Amino acid sequence: MNRKTLLTNLSAAALATAASQAAAQDCTIKVGVLHSLSGTMAISETTLADTMQMLVANQNEAGGVLGCQLEAVVVDPASDWPLFAEKARELLTVHEVDVIFGNWTSVSRKSVLPVIEELNGLLFYPVQYEGEESSRNVFYTGAAPNQQAIPATDYFLEELGVEKFALLGTDYVYPRTTNNILASYLAAKGIAEEDIFVNYTPFGQSDWATIVADVVALGADGKQVGVISTINGDANVGFYKELAAAGVSADDIPVVAFSVGEEELSGLDTSDLVGHLAAWNYFMSADTEANAEFIAAWHAYTGDDTRVTNDPMEAHYIGFNMWVNAVEAAGTAEVDAVREAMYGQEFPNLTGGTAVMLPNHHLAKPVLIGEITADGQFDIISQTSEVDGDAWTDFLPESAVLTSDWKDLGCGMYNTETQTCVQLTSNY
Amino acid sequence: MRALLFALAFLASVAAVTPSANAQTLQSVLQDNAEAVAKPARRTVEAVLAALSAAQLEGVPEFLESWRDRNLWQRNADGLFFVAAEADGGLVLTDLDTGAESRAENTRDFSQIRPNAGVRRVIDAALVQFLLSDPDLNRRLAALDAISRDPAEDQLEPLRASIDGEGNSTVLARKQQLERQLTALYDADPAARITAIEALSGDLSVEVRGILSRILSARDAVAAAIPEGVNVAATLTPGEDFDMATAYARLVDADLAPATVQPADVNAALIARIAEGSVAGVPVATLNTEAARVAAYRTLVAAGEVPPFITPDEREAAIAAHVFYQAYNEPNAEVTAAAEDAQAAIATRLAAGQAADLTLDALSLASIYFLAAVGLAITFGVMGVINMAHGEFIMMGAYTGYVVQLFVPDYTLSILIALPLAFAVTFGAGVAMERLVIRWLYHRPLETLLATFGISIALQQLAKNIFGTQARPLTSPDWLAGAWVINDVVQISYIRIAIFFLALIFLGLILFILKRTRLGLEVRAVTQNPGMAASMGINPDRINMLTFGLGSGIAGIAGVAIGLYAKVTSEMGSDYIVQSFMTVVVGGVGNVWGTLAGATMIGFTQKGIEWFNPSNTLAAQTFMILFVILFIQFRPKGIVALRGRAAGD
Amino acid sequence: MERSFVARNPSVLWFLLALSIFTIVVTILSEALGLGLMSTSFLKTLGKTLCLCLVAVAMDVVWGYCGILSLGHFAFFGIGGYAVGMWLMYARTEGIVLTSLASAPLPPTPEEVTSAIGTQIFGVVGSSEFPAIWAFSDSLILQLLAVVLVPGLLALVFGWLAFRSRVTGVYLSILTQAMTLALSLYFFQNDTGLRGNNGLSGLQNIPGLESVSQATISLWFFWASALALGLGYVLFAWLVSGKLGSVIRAIRDNEARVRFLGYHVEGYKLFVFTVTAMVAGIAGALYYPQAGIINPAEIAPVASIYLAVWVAIGGRGRLYGAIIGAALVSLMSSWFTGGSAPDINLGIYVVKWTDWWLVLLGLTFVAVTLFFPKGIGGLFDRLVRNPDGGAR
Repeated sequence: MNRKTLLTNLSAAALATAASQAAAQDCTIKVGVLHSLSGTMAISETTLADTMQMLVANQNEAGGVLGCQLEAVVVDPASDWPLFAEKARELLTVHEVDVIFGNWTSVSRKSVLPVIEELNGLLFYPVQYEGEESSRNVFYTGAAPNQQAIPATDYFLEELGVEKFALLGTDYVYPRTTNNILASYLAAKGIAEEDIFVNYTPFGQSDWATIVADVVALGADGKQVGVISTINGDANVGFYKELAAAGVSADDIPVVAFSVGEEELSGLDTSDLVGHLAAWNYFMSADTEANAEFIAAWHAYTGDDTRVTNDPMEAHYIGFNMWVNAVEAAGTAEVDAVREAMYGQEFPNLTGGTAVMLPNHHLAKPVLIGEITADGQFDIISQTSEVDGDAWTDFLPESAVLTSDWKDLGCGMYNTETQTCVQLTSNY
Repeated sequence: MRALLFALAFLASVAAVTPSANAQTLQSVLQDNAEAVAKPARRTVEAVLAALSAAQLEGVPEFLESWRDRNLWQRNADGLFFVAAEADGGLVLTDLDTGAESRAENTRDFSQIRPNAGVRRVIDAALVQFLLSDPDLNRRLAALDAISRDPAEDQLEPLRASIDGEGNSTVLARKQQLERQLTALYDADPAARITAIEALSGDLSVEVRGILSRILSARDAVAAAIPEGVNVAATLTPGEDFDMATAYARLVDADLAPATVQPADVNAALIARIAEGSVAGVPVATLNTEAARVAAYRTLVAAGEVPPFITPDEREAAIAAHVFYQAYNEPNAEVTAAAEDAQAAIATRLAAGQAADLTLDALSLASIYFLAAVGLAITFGVMGVINMAHGEFIMMGAYTGYVVQLFVPDYTLSILIALPLAFAVTFGAGVAMERLVIRWLYHRPLETLLATFGISIALQQLAKNIFGTQARPLTSPDWLAGAWVINDVVQISYIRIAIFFLALIFLGLILFILKRTRLGLEVRAVTQNPGMAASMGINPDRINMLTFGLGSGIAGIAGVAIGLYAKVTSEMGSDYIVQSFMTVVVGGVGNVWGTLAGATMIGFTQKGIEWFNPSNTLAAQTFMILFVILFIQFRPKGIVALRGRAAGD
Repeated sequence: MERSFVARNPSVLWFLLALSIFTIVVTILSEALGLGLMSTSFLKTLGKTLCLCLVAVAMDVVWGYCGILSLGHFAFFGIGGYAVGMWLMYARTEGIVLTSLASAPLPPTPEEVTSAIGTQIFGVVGSSEFPAIWAFSDSLILQLLAVVLVPGLLALVFGWLAFRSRVTGVYLSILTQAMTLALSLYFFQNDTGLRGNNGLSGLQNIPGLESVSQATISLWFFWASALALGLGYVLFAWLVSGKLGSVIRAIRDNEARVRFLGYHVEGYKLFVFTVTAMVAGIAGALYYPQAGIINPAEIAPVASIYLAVWVAIGGRGRLYGAIIGAALVSLMSSWFTGGSAPDINLGIYVVKWTDWWLVLLGLTFVAVTLFFPKGIGGLFDRLVRNPDGGAR
């Protein structure tokens, strides 16, 4: 057994005896970790749960927060969306945690939202998502569409001269919303409707021959074709295999993916995919001191130096450190005080530059575009300066008029046209 | 860009003769454009190329290649550029001007310059003329690829010039092909273009179709009358080709008619005129219907404060007064006519090609379904045992392949080992399951379903515990990579062809075993009447065990095949289980031909539905299942129904 | 018909007594009205478990009594949840929209209200049009009717087609499973208009009851679930103890003979299939407001198989068996996967329940099928020697 299991077991044991310890250290600050450890999402989320435990352990070594030790309370919502709500309630009412780091899928976040808002909890959500949301009780440390999809599309338009787009996605909310935003954005950029091909496939799709043929056929009018992929999870394996088999190289039809990172590539032989692209706020290959340290710490913690790091891990890293600093600044871990102290918090990114927490609960982060290399990593070929995360996209008419500002306006869905707050609590 | 390329070509010829006399060096030119060299973008790279050609220096093509291939590094301290190669943790630097080599230990002191694909493409285009006659075959082919990706007028001359000296017949054919395409696009002489276009007709490739589409590219236009000298593609009739609202919107866009008043305009006008709780004498509170708002707006119109609504008559009149047409961007009508003919000639073949491709895809999907279900055709079809863990046997086979690849790095060898090993592993698992569980339940089929479901979830979780939930790589050998390309429309990957033949082999093998061997005879005897078979000296236990093992073993081999073309995860089995059962049931239970028919029908139905609605694969799957359900209602025994005694009850 | 229904079914009284005591104990322990010893999240779990028990009882009637192994009853359960969820989402959003539009300079037109509600509900999945399927979502009564009518109608049509073609046994099971798969894929599509994978969420917030705390609402739903379970149990106990019960048991044991005796077998099967589907719908309608979210994953084929698993473990052909099975397995599942079950340290390897629970469950299931075909209820019978309970 490797060190990871030992450590997780230790923390589980710590959890079991939490009640007896409570008397001894009554200033323990509890950090809830709400990531699936079993079920379909375990693959992605277990890594994040481990990351959180590593961050908490390292913080405790460095003296904790406000002189108190942190305690990670790990629960397993088992990739079961209703269970996320139940476990969030349990964390907030039974374990009385001060902050929760968790969730991966949008549906799990939507499941947790009403509970967090009802009980005034605090959630840090680390994954790139479709936007169109800004809850008083959630800090979104992953990318909003304008921090991933829009810059990647700009890259296609500007650098690769793509004139015709295939938007391929798994049929769920993130690809649907992202593609909607992109369709509207591309229209504004002068791309005709018939030059946009959209296809949705089920989760785990494996039969890609026809779709790849459809994409290749798009080039028949002499325009440069590019694929924007929001294909999720292991469906990517079949997709890239078919792409490679059809001899589609990145020079002919470049593919930029928003859900393919270092973890996903480890299930693939990437030699045929060299040159295809992904857009994230972080790549493991970023050449900075901070990143080297982070990777070293991760390898030491997991006891496995082949483990990769990825974007949501960096999001947790930034989110956690910002939260620690906000608690220090507020002098308490109490939710409302910490929330006020979060605005304007700054913390260095692992890729260089500084992330800033905005009043709309999103981060300002740089956008990176990487080309897949033969060893399953990404060659960073474009890095922007920090882009402000936008809760409500400017590229859909209904949300262009909306803005979120919890600091001054005190509203997450503010209509700038009528100058009214549409809603204070989310409508899930 | 064009001028620049000529300049570069000129430079190539001159630089060889006269050593450059001016004071500029490559390094100094790069330093002048340091920002654009270090962070190249598609739009800035041309400036660098222009500067390089203006400086008339030697070694520019070599430098461009280094730059493109990411061998250019910049020293952070002073911003100087070097061609460098990584070696022993450090860098071997080559001075750009002197060619002197030096060594730097810390790569952190340098930044590698990484031109993106767009920049590389521009550099490639600039390099084309230098590489067309390069002695290296691959570089010549690369240059031709660059032309095919970005055909440009100025490539025509260098391409033609390079044809004469070409020694390699493949490259020569490719050069002539591209020359025809460039001629069709860019030659100054319309007659030459028409000849070239005619030569292209009948070519199905994406490249050629792209060329024709470029020639035939057209724009929508509207005018009071079609102007002189416009090469008209089509005249459009409002109301037929598009609706009247669109027609009027086009007029508005072209500033040929006043804009219509939209509901948002009405609201804005009303809001702007609210005074003391009323607008135009109407109390605001009553403006809670569209009709009331329109009425209030009309009052404002009457007062002359806002623009009026466009009446239908006005709209009709405005539309009638204009011609809507499409105009070719290409001014020469003869060229476009030739291109249209060529396109029409391609269209028929294209439709046939697409149908053929769809058929191939459907055949491939059918063979995958068949392979996944053929094991079930034995365990469920022949023995009548519902094995919900069948999908997990597929998964076990795939993981066997993955494990073999961990130990045997040679992909061909590993597949050859994995196939029989997967059979052995799942055969063993099947036999164990039959002995331990299923034989106690032969008279309780519904409970077999539940017990094997229990085994299925246990096996799935076990696989997760052992291999993790991440998809595992199962890589096909090189000779199975790639696709069989008949033309740009009809192609199919080799791995799918291999799966197709594997399915055929299994069909033959199973038919042979069941119909021609002692085992098959005994299997059929035991299935039809175990008691009678036993009294004939057949051991039913042994036969059941072997049959079940055989069915499971085949699932294992199917697993390797499916893993090769798609993915290996702990959940891959559950993706196939429901479809596999449907395949067997639709085809007709108890008959391998039935399973083949079932797989064929499901494969073709699904591809057919996908063809109708290519943007939603999920819907295709849903409707396919609905179709199967309905089909079974009307033919409950399946396509190939057994008759007489063999049908049992 | 000599003895009364209750006299023939003493277990019904015992069950109702146990259910009442359980309800009272939970109420006393609850946060809202009692001592506050039980957390609201656990109260919700118990309430949901009661709903699962109800659908398990329905499953038991259709499988244990009538012999139809339906792998689609959890889909009916889900449809019930969707039906009530649509009203919950619509009404809640309408409230938000009306409040927000009230401050607009012009009073909102009905079209504006509809469009704003559409944007709020469907904006997240990239659309603002109201799908036709939501036509009645503004009416609580119609949606409540849909809770029983939609599953009922679906079961009626499907059952009519299947029973008419004499699809029986494992074939029927596979067919019902295919139906479930088709339904879950259909719900999964965004184009269906039910928000695709996101499903309907925030269902625990009941429109009009914003000021009532979740602790209280959860208790109300718990009561409602208990009441529904009690009524459902009595209804099914009454059904299976009468003539209909005898006929469907006979169909289970030998369909052909019953048909030869002149009974309209298809009619009986269709009736049982449809009624149990409707009850499953009601159970779902009570379950999902407690769970808070419903999405297509809930009605995936595997959920329906689990339902059969519960019934088999609890013991088929006895209604209380289904309840024991459903309650035991679902509560144990949440305990074992919840991270609160202690890991077992074997020295060289640590058995973590989150990893191994499903393996254990699967193997238990095999063992129960092999060694205790009558399930836990069968053990009960051996102790009590209830003459009516025997399934075969």
